[in-house]
Amino acid sequence: MDIVVCVKQAPEVIDAELEVNKEGKEIITDDLEFDINEWDSYAVEEAVRLKEAFGGRVTAITVGNEDSEDVLRQALAMGADEAIRVDEEGFDLSDAQGIAKGIFQVVKDLSFDLLFTGAQSSDYGWGQVGLMLAELLDLPYASLVVGIEIADNKLVALRELESNTQEKVELPLPAVLTIQTGLNSPRYVSIMGIQKARKIGIKETGPDELGLTEEEIGPKGSAVDSQLLSIPPAGEGAEILTGAVEEISEKAAQIIREKGGVL
Amino acid sequence: MTGEILVLAEQRGGELRDITFEMLTSANKLGNEHGLAVTGLFLGHGSSDLARKLTHACDTVLVMEDPELANYNADHYLIAMDQVIKDRKPFLTMVGNTSMGMDIVPALAARLSLPLATDCVEVSIAEGRLEILRQIYGGKINAKLTMKPSDQYLISLRTGSFDAEAEQGKSGSLETVPTPSWTKLRGRKFLTYLEAALEDVDIGSADILVSIGRGIGKPENILLAQEFADSIGATLSCSRPVADEQWLPKSRQVGTSGKTVRPRLYIALGISGAYQHQAGMKNSDTIIAVNTDPKAPIFNIAHYGIVADMFEVMQKLTEKFVEK
Repeated sequence: MDIVVCVKQAPEVIDAELEVNKEGKEIITDDLEFDINEWDSYAVEEAVRLKEAFGGRVTAITVGNEDSEDVLRQALAMGADEAIRVDEEGFDLSDAQGIAKGIFQVVKDLSFDLLFTGAQSSDYGWGQVGLMLAELLDLPYASLVVGIEIADNKLVALRELESNTQEKVELPLPAVLTIQTGLNSPRYVSIMGIQKARKIGIKETGPDELGLTEEEIGPKGSAVDSQLLSIPPAGEGAEILTGAVEEISEKAAQIIREKGGVL
Repeated sequence: MTGEILVLAEQRGGELRDITFEMLTSANKLGNEHGLAVTGLFLGHGSSDLARKLTHACDTVLVMEDPELANYNADHYLIAMDQVIKDRKPFLTMVGNTSMGMDIVPALAARLSLPLATDCVEVSIAEGRLEILRQIYGGKINAKLTMKPSDQYLISLRTGSFDAEAEQGKSGSLETVPTPSWTKLRGRKFLTYLEAALEDVDIGSADILVSIGRGIGKPENILLAQEFADSIGATLSCSRPVADEQWLPKSRQVGTSGKTVRPRLYIALGISGAYQHQAGMKNSDTIIAVNTDPKAPIFNIAHYGIVADMFEVMQKLTEKFVEK
C-alpha cells in the first residue's frame, strides 16, 4: 500500500490575534505560529497506520518555502518514508487550481494506491486541491472521509454528511481521499523524533523543473483578481459582562437562575 | 446581462435540503438585479414531486431522472453536470457548500476549467464580474474577492447564508433533460447511509446545555465541566474538537455534522464558534459564551459574553450553585 499524502504548513488561527495590513491586501503573519495543517495531520496519521497494517511506503509532499520543511519533517517523524517539497517560488497568489497543477506534475509519475489530502486548510479553507488533483489524475475519489476499510483491492470510505449521518462509498484503487478531522488520533512526535527525521533527505523541485508556466500558476493562473481583507467587528451581538471574575460570575449566575438553571 | 444562474438542487432521503432554497433565494436576488434567469437542476430518480416544489422559486426546472441518480454519487453527478453546463453555459453555477457540493464542485471546476469560489457567504456581480465574500482564518477575517472576468463561474454557497424560501413568486416550467450515457465512470459506488448510533443522551431535548470546546484542554477537565453542568441541572455537550479527540461521544456534538439544538439556555465554554458550530446552536433562546479571546466569533451570536478563563468562571459558578 503506497500512499502519497499532501500536507501544508498552516497558521494556528484559534487563539491567534490576527491583523490585516493597511491596504487590506494581506494578513500580517509575523506573530502567527505555523504548524502542519490540522486536517493534514490526520491524513498523515492514516497513511502511516495503513502502511503499518499493509506494508508499503508513505511519501509526503508540500508546496511551500524552506520553513515548510518543518511539516515534512513532522510527517517523516510520524512515519512517512520520503518527502518532496515543491518550492513555492512562482506559486505565490496561486489559487487551488494552480496548487493542484503543481502537485499533479509531481505525483503523475509516482506509483501509489492512495493519495490523501486534508479536507481543507485552517487559513483560506477553500477545500479544493484534493478533488482537483483527483480530476487531473482521472481517479475515483471521496471527500470528508471519517473512516476507511480496505479489502480485496477495494476501499470502503465513510464520508461525513450532515446531522450525524454518514455515507458508505466503495472505491477501486488507486483513489484519492480528502481526510476529515476525527478519523484517528494523530500520534505525538517528540522534538527528538523530528531531529531524527532530519537524517532523511527532502527532495526539492520547483515550477521550472515541473514544466509549469506562468499562465498555469501564480497570479496569472488564478481565478481571483484581487482581495480586500478586513477584521469583522467583534462581539457585535453579545453584551459583554465586565468586572472581576466574582462579579461576572454573579451576573452569569443570575442569568442562569432566570433561565431556570437549578439543581 | 443575459444568461442564467444554474442552481443544483440537493435532496437526500426523499427530501429537498434547506440549502436548495437558500441558494435559490440568493440566485433570485442576483437574477432580479442583473436580469439573469434562475434555473434549478434536479437530479434524481422517481421523485418528480420534489422537482415540482422547485418551480415556485425558479424560472425553469431541469429534471434529469435516472436510477443511477437515486442517491448522490460523484461519478454520475460530475458527468450530468458537465453535460448540462456545457449545453447551457450558465453565467453562474451554484452548489451548496455541503457534504455533497464540496464533493463535486472542485472536480467539476477542474474538468471544465472554470473559475471556482467555494464556501461563499455573499455573492454579487459588478461590471460583469463575480464578487464574493468569504470568511477565512476560522471566521476571524472577512475576504472580499473580485474574480477575474469570465463568461462562466462556479461557486459553492455556505449553508445558512440566506433564508430558505420555498415560495419566491415564480411559477417555472419543468423541463426534462436527457440522461447522459454513463461512460468514463471511475467505479465509485454508493453503498448506504448510516444514521447516528444509539445515543447515551439526547442533547436535542435538553433545556439547558453546558457545551465545551477546544478550551477544555485535556480529557481530565471534562469532569469539571460535568460537575458544573450537574450543579445547574444541565446536560453536557461539545463542539467538534472535543468529539474528534473522543473526549465525549459524537452524539454530544453540536453543529452541522452533529446535532442542531435549541435549548432555553446554551452556555458555550472555550468554544471559538466556527460557523459549523454556530449553525447548530444559534437559535438557542439565550446564549452565554465564555472565551479568553475577545475576537472569538462565538461572541457575534452570543447574548452574553464573558472574556475570561473558562475554568475560573466554571469554578465560581459551580460553587454558587452547589452551595444552595
